[in-house]
Amino acid sequence: MESVAALVRKLQMLFHRQRFNRELEEELAFHREQIEQELRDDGITMEDARYAASRRLGNDTRLKEEAHDAIGFRLESVAHDVRYAFRQLRKNAGFATTVVVILALGIGAITAIFSAVNPILFKPLPYPQASRVVMIWERQSDGSRQFDCFGTFHGVQKRTRSFDALAAMKAWQPTLVGKTQPERFEGQRVSTDYFRALGVEPVLGRNFEAADDQHKGPNVVILSDGVWRRRFGSNPSIVGQQVTLDGDPFTVIGIMPAGFENVLAPAAELWASLQYDPSLPPLSREWGHHLRIVGRLRPGVSRQQANSELDVILRTLGQMYAKGYNESGGVPAGMLVNSLQSDVTRDVRPALLTVLGAVGLVLLIACVNVTNLLLARGVQRSGEFAMRATLGASRKRLTRQLLTESLLLAMIGGALGMFVAELGVRALIALSAPGLPRVNAVGVDVAVFAFALGVTALVGVVVGLIPALQTNRGDLNLALHNSARVATSHQTMRRALVVAEVALALVLLVSAGLLLRSLQRLFAVDPGFDGSHLLTMQVQESGHYYDSDSNRLQFFKNALQAVRAVPGVVAADFTSQLPLSGDYDVYGVQFEGDNIAEEGGNRYAVSPGYIETMRIPLRRGRLLNDRDTTGAPTAVLISESFAKRKYGTQDPIGRRVRMGPDVGQPDKPWATIVGVVGDVKQQSLAVAIEDAFYVPTTQWPWADEALSLVIRTRGDAAALAPAVRNAVWSVDKDQPIVRVATMESLLTVSEAQRRFTLIVLGAFALVGLVLAATGIFGVLSGGVSERTREIGIRSALGASRRDILTMVLHQGMKLAAFGVIIGLVGAALASKILVTLLYGVSRMDPVTYLGVIGLLLAVAAVACWLPASRAARVDPAITLRAE
Amino acid sequence: MYLGMAAKPDLMPGTLDLLILKTLTRSPMHGYGIALSIKRLSDDVLTVEEGSLYPALQRLLLKGWVGAEWKLTETNRRARYYTLTAAGRKQLGIELSEYEQLITAIGRVLQSA
Repeated sequence: MESVAALVRKLQMLFHRQRFNRELEEELAFHREQIEQELRDDGITMEDARYAASRRLGNDTRLKEEAHDAIGFRLESVAHDVRYAFRQLRKNAGFATTVVVILALGIGAITAIFSAVNPILFKPLPYPQASRVVMIWERQSDGSRQFDCFGTFHGVQKRTRSFDALAAMKAWQPTLVGKTQPERFEGQRVSTDYFRALGVEPVLGRNFEAADDQHKGPNVVILSDGVWRRRFGSNPSIVGQQVTLDGDPFTVIGIMPAGFENVLAPAAELWASLQYDPSLPPLSREWGHHLRIVGRLRPGVSRQQANSELDVILRTLGQMYAKGYNESGGVPAGMLVNSLQSDVTRDVRPALLTVLGAVGLVLLIACVNVTNLLLARGVQRSGEFAMRATLGASRKRLTRQLLTESLLLAMIGGALGMFVAELGVRALIALSAPGLPRVNAVGVDVAVFAFALGVTALVGVVVGLIPALQTNRGDLNLALHNSARVATSHQTMRRALVVAEVALALVLLVSAGLLLRSLQRLFAVDPGFDGSHLLTMQVQESGHYYDSDSNRLQFFKNALQAVRAVPGVVAADFTSQLPLSGDYDVYGVQFEGDNIAEEGGNRYAVSPGYIETMRIPLRRGRLLNDRDTTGAPTAVLISESFAKRKYGTQDPIGRRVRMGPDVGQPDKPWATIVGVVGDVKQQSLAVAIEDAFYVPTTQWPWADEALSLVIRTRGDAAALAPAVRNAVWSVDKDQPIVRVATMESLLTVSEAQRRFTLIVLGAFALVGLVLAATGIFGVLSGGVSERTREIGIRSALGASRRDILTMVLHQGMKLAAFGVIIGLVGAALASKILVTLLYGVSRMDPVTYLGVIGLLLAVAAVACWLPASRAARVDPAITLRAE
Repeated sequence: MYLGMAAKPDLMPGTLDLLILKTLTRSPMHGYGIALSIKRLSDDVLTVEEGSLYPALQRLLLKGWVGAEWKLTETNRRARYYTLTAAGRKQLGIELSEYEQLITAIGRVLQSA
């Protein structure tokens, strides 16, 4: 315990440091004189006495340092160390900059990526006891999952004992018609306990009650905080008032809190009751598989327990409602209970894990590089440290000095790394594929930053200490005169570094290479139509005027005429589903001779010119025309692969089918196949479901309320969008137009996730390659430079230049080859994670592997050859003398 | 090791402070005098390294157990003389009794063995 008085004295000494030093020196000089005197009294000569005295007194510097230590503050010497470290780093600006940049990139990159991945994949969702929230799907016999039907939900909800709350939901896109342009909202139709399952409550008004979710029940709506602010000026009295959605009055009953994050439908801003019919009539929407179910498990009930309970319930339901299920594809094989978190992140998980792995590799490579740089510098400085030790610097002091230098580097690198991380997170969000869940929760994660900084700093510190340890352990005399011996002890470490560097770079580059080749293949895939100069948008009908099919068809017909009249439009047509837009609309097809719909295909209800406008090739028969309309026999086109699978080499023209709701209805007329057209990619370029059929909108059993307009333009497709929109509104100004996009952008977006992964992975691979290449170069060339003396001796003894080059190359390439072997094993393992992201490329694709191996070996060869040829060129006499 | 600068493990830790304080009870002394005095009184058994002596003196100064002032020696040389302060005298008492306890304890162990 230091008393206050002692502290004051300490401070005094600190402020009068110079006096303290002076006094100490004088005191020591006096001491020395006294010893001299003593020795002289013993009869020793003046000269010898002085020598003996200073020997006895010992090392002046060290003595002073210890006296300082006794009185000084730690801080004082720390400040001194920092000043010295700064001087050292300024003197070696190249070294310092390199280390700082490597650290900043490594720390910044991993912080950015982990900041993005952590809230998406690992952090609990923002709900109370989020681990109890699960998603429930119907399971098909092949183990895949499908949407639930209301029959399943209703039956399960009545019987289950595993859940505190259970709710079904589906998307809902109501249009709010106002004085200005109609605005369409994203929303959800949900059953009573939706918010209870998530564990959230409205802040204003009330939650849904059982009375709201009745078949043909009252129209009530809950608003998001965003809509409430934007459309209703945060007016609390809106609760209880009516708003008009899709032409119907809805009573506002509640407002959700501002912080409510709805991971199941992030864009949803309005919620209304589901209001399905609990009497479950057969052949109704109650048996359509289009609902998702979310549940909150009762405390203590595991997912497995809940799952087996639901399986039992489903078997009961299957017996009770055999007819209902059979009309919609049969009773599901079972149920599937999945945690909400893994459900939400299912699609992005492989991509994010890949990116995370890649950045981990980059950080490792960065660490290896820093290690190497510090090691090389340690060798250079072993002389300096030996000198300082000889002059009396204590081991503790030298160690502290090195620590200070390493930490200083780590801190500067870390500060810059934070900056890189901030930029990186922003870039990631900007680049991210649409539909990346929880993007708004992404921000620079300080904990991760601290972790990355800590790891790199630790590496720096440990490695930075090597020269100090070496200096202290080794014979100073030897270190002073011959740094070569100190250097040889690094050779093992260097070899390990080369191997590690090559192996890590190989894993990274192979992964990036595989993805690059996938993307190449994907963009070479023919979508089946001509996507250039093609503008698309979805036109919807809203309002009770369009409850009648004939009004609907008339509106679309008029809209088409108006659009075709717009200057710059070459052709324009409607379709019920647009390729690569996310639409997915499959209906059963019963071919004549089959009893039921053995097949299903994408349904396109189109205006007759659609095939021409899209430039889908006609393979056989004829296209649709204006005579294929209401009253005429139904004409249908089928896709090439559909025809081939069903009829083989036979001619399908003139064969008859029943489609959609007519399947298995003997009283309904047959439709006739009039033509076969080329296959079109509907879901994505990678997914090969190409069975499709095309029917005129006027001959389909009902009129769709939303159709997509495809417009072939003369010039820039996007530029025509406003004119086309106005043309549609000239027919009816209250009809919302959404999803305006060029086909080219849809093509890109459909592969956005792969592209995102590739861009990020590619960036890391590039950084990794640069780091690894400079690292391999640094390690190998450093190793060769240290052996200059040895090379000199060899050439003095008669080794030719060629011999020396061969020797160095041989040794370097042996290490690189070893690294390649380890890297291959790593890459083979890593590619397992990648598999779901690959397309048209095997994860063992020899081209990628060989290419990367070649690239790395070339880098290694250059890295050996350059310094070796330099060393071999030098006159051995000079080399030897230089030592 | 550093050019023969090894710290000699002759003294038990903490005993150097005790010896310095005890030496100063007789009269104020400079550093060399303290070292010499300890050496003589111990019949040349205890040699105080200068490397330990001066840091120890600085420590004692800081704790306020000794004071220091520059004075002239008999041969008219300037030297820093250390004096025992009141606090130092008290500390000496504490350390002496602690030392005796320790020695007694060690003695008991050695005798029993």
